[in-house]
Amino acid sequence: MGEPSPVLEMTGIRKVFPGVVALDGVDFRLLPGEIHALMGENGAGKSTLIKVLTGVYDIDGGQITLGGEQVDFTGPLQSQKAGVSTVYQEVNLCTNLTVAENIFIGREPRKFGRIQWGLMRKRAAELLARLDLNIDVSATLDTYSLAIQQMVAIARAVDVSARVLILDEPTSSLDASEVAQLFTIMRRLKDDGVAILFVSHFLDQVYEISDRLTVLRNGQLIGEYKTADLPQVQLVEKMIGKELAVLEDLEDKSQRIRAKTADAAPILAATGLGRTGAISPFDLTIHQGEVVGLAGLLGSGRTELARLLFGADRADSGSLQIDGKDVTLRSPQAAMKRGIAFSSENRRTEGILGELSVRENIILALQASRGWTRPIPRRKQDEIVDKYIKALQIRPADPEREVRNLSGGNQQKVLLARWLITEPRLLIIDEPTRGIDVGAKAEIQKLVAELSDGGMAVLFVSAELEEVLRLSHKIEVLRDRRLVEELENTEGVDADRIMQTIASGATQ
Amino acid sequence: MTTIDATPATNKTPSPTNPRRRVYLPNTKYIPILATLTLLLIMYFTGVANYENFGQPSVVVNLFRDNAVLIVVAVGMTFVIITGGIDLSVGAVISMTTTLTATLLQAGWPPLVVLPAVLLLGSLLGMGMGAVIHYFKVEPFIATLAGLFLARGIALFINQSSIPIRDKLWKAMSEYRIVLADGVVTKITSVTAVVVVLIAAAVLAWTRFGRNVYAIGGNADSALLMGLPVGRTKIAVYTLSGFCAALGGVLFSINSTSGWALQGQGLELDAIAACVIGGVLLTGGSGYVFGSLLGVMVYGLIQTIITFQGDLNAAWTRIIVGLLLFGFIVLQRVVTRRAR
Repeated sequence: MGEPSPVLEMTGIRKVFPGVVALDGVDFRLLPGEIHALMGENGAGKSTLIKVLTGVYDIDGGQITLGGEQVDFTGPLQSQKAGVSTVYQEVNLCTNLTVAENIFIGREPRKFGRIQWGLMRKRAAELLARLDLNIDVSATLDTYSLAIQQMVAIARAVDVSARVLILDEPTSSLDASEVAQLFTIMRRLKDDGVAILFVSHFLDQVYEISDRLTVLRNGQLIGEYKTADLPQVQLVEKMIGKELAVLEDLEDKSQRIRAKTADAAPILAATGLGRTGAISPFDLTIHQGEVVGLAGLLGSGRTELARLLFGADRADSGSLQIDGKDVTLRSPQAAMKRGIAFSSENRRTEGILGELSVRENIILALQASRGWTRPIPRRKQDEIVDKYIKALQIRPADPEREVRNLSGGNQQKVLLARWLITEPRLLIIDEPTRGIDVGAKAEIQKLVAELSDGGMAVLFVSAELEEVLRLSHKIEVLRDRRLVEELENTEGVDADRIMQTIASGATQ
Repeated sequence: MTTIDATPATNKTPSPTNPRRRVYLPNTKYIPILATLTLLLIMYFTGVANYENFGQPSVVVNLFRDNAVLIVVAVGMTFVIITGGIDLSVGAVISMTTTLTATLLQAGWPPLVVLPAVLLLGSLLGMGMGAVIHYFKVEPFIATLAGLFLARGIALFINQSSIPIRDKLWKAMSEYRIVLADGVVTKITSVTAVVVVLIAAAVLAWTRFGRNVYAIGGNADSALLMGLPVGRTKIAVYTLSGFCAALGGVLFSINSTSGWALQGQGLELDAIAACVIGGVLLTGGSGYVFGSLLGVMVYGLIQTIITFQGDLNAAWTRIIVGLLLFGFIVLQRVVTRRAR
């Protein structure tokens, strides 16, 4: 059959950081016209490999050949010029500029030094039309959704250089239809002969879109496989290097405790609670020891609902009862006083303070609830922190490590620990598993189940239906900023059932 | 905060039947500048209605004459603020330039050497501050504050008192009248200011440098990843502001045919205020030179009205500017929030 010769070949790549071997003799190759998934847990070396490829890092060993020629990138500009473009998870464009400018800035068509705006807009429109995107290119980028922004970023990357396109977690902020749109574009580029390197934590997406995949673990190459030849379970095993039995446990457990919660006392009851423009009035009761899952697409009002219950936003209609008493939550502090904790979805921007240590991050909420005039004694701090580092298996188990040096999954655990030490009775977790690897995901899910066993109520917000189904006793389905259905999580309820609810009665 | 999730997925389904947004949000980026223009027109016609002779063309023409220095300085400031920075040194650079110009001319230097020399000096000082800001990652506020002290110090070191300029060329430029129409005359300084505005507007809109300025103000990290020359552009922007300040100083010395180390105190704040009133976003990434020009005009028109009124304290200028600043900052907030 004869495979086409690879457009990119990396052999024996070695990269050492102080104290850590990030990449240890890794081989990687990309064929033209393929979508190649790079798989591995957080910390496996995926990001490092990409940064080596894009010239952000120098290599300590090995060599890279692009189109048959050996290359040595000294910065993102060189690699871009050589034909390697990257689109990152956070869209790296300027949202204050127009779509056309974002595609062409730095390469604008000019005549006598003067930018030819008309020509630029025309070319931008043509380029986007090839990606089936017919939008107004003279509007500023911030008027478009994140998905569109991402596609504009891809259009720019492809136009700059069309040989190798790296997509680093492009789908993590997109909803299902947007992902489909992105995949259409990826397939089109693939047909044009572009080699695409795709990184995603969503296994289903990897299986849907990729032709081959390369698995890394702990900075080492585990292997390169044809996606079709490698069952998902085996892939996961290769990624984490151990068999994944934890998830199986969970299934029975949630069945087991369902009966128990039915007659437990309600902790929180919302009646007609709502906020104009954020979420329509809804009724919701959460019992002790109950895991309530919030399902719905991005922008369906999941986070908005959670924020109301935490007092982060003020409700403008309806009432809220906590322990049978009417309350108005004016601020998150008020909610915390009543035993409600909220772990935010944006761990980077709203939760984790990267420059502080693990210990300081964990202690933060407890200290805040005590008031800053009564510092927690250092010995007590160490005690608490050690306990939770052990309980949540935060790695590395070093309380003085700066949090920004931890992987995403471990940062999430730190954030959870922060709220857990305040011993809340209702824990609201928004997207705790987004952007973290399979192993850490399982651990966090397990933890949620255990907390609920221990009598804590959990409001679990997640974009992944499988996860919601696995953990929740009861599932609230949101659509278009409205709570449309409450489902007891019984035998008959599965992802399809929820999808139907999300989809049915849609405005079209 | 859910920022991104909540974004209404505009134009997600690409269809021509989506012009609604374009109608009720005509172009968010123009709202502040339109507001300033409206305010300016209201102020102008209020003046015309209330005061005799206010409607004469010379009132408008004199606005440019009286505020030529501020216009030029505000132009440089506009570039800096669009990149998300700030330049506090401009007032001091003006005083340094006027003092130096007067001293050198008094010492008998040829005016055609003095002129480029002081402009170069201002630019170099700006370049130095830009380099410090870029290479040492120093906050523009601090770096240009240092520049402020430095320039003002140099000016005071040279001479603490007012130095008259007796140079022929300077005198000639100061006295030269340009007749625009019957009874409407203006000076070289106002023409210079207008030319600077036009050139700057063209540079911002039509050159790569201009667009890079916007890109850096929008998101400097992204700009870097997109391969734009971020460092070079930043340094260039402060150089440009230094040049504009020095040019402002030259205009000052022409207007007053003197140099004085205490000249232009607080002018940097006037320039910043003019930019903000003119719709330049202090966080960077948005604004126009014409906006800043309108901001200066608002400033000047307030003073003109107070002069025409005759019985008002000059402090009212500052009070009104203060109130306007509040108003425009709130407007910017509202507009940018809506754009998100």
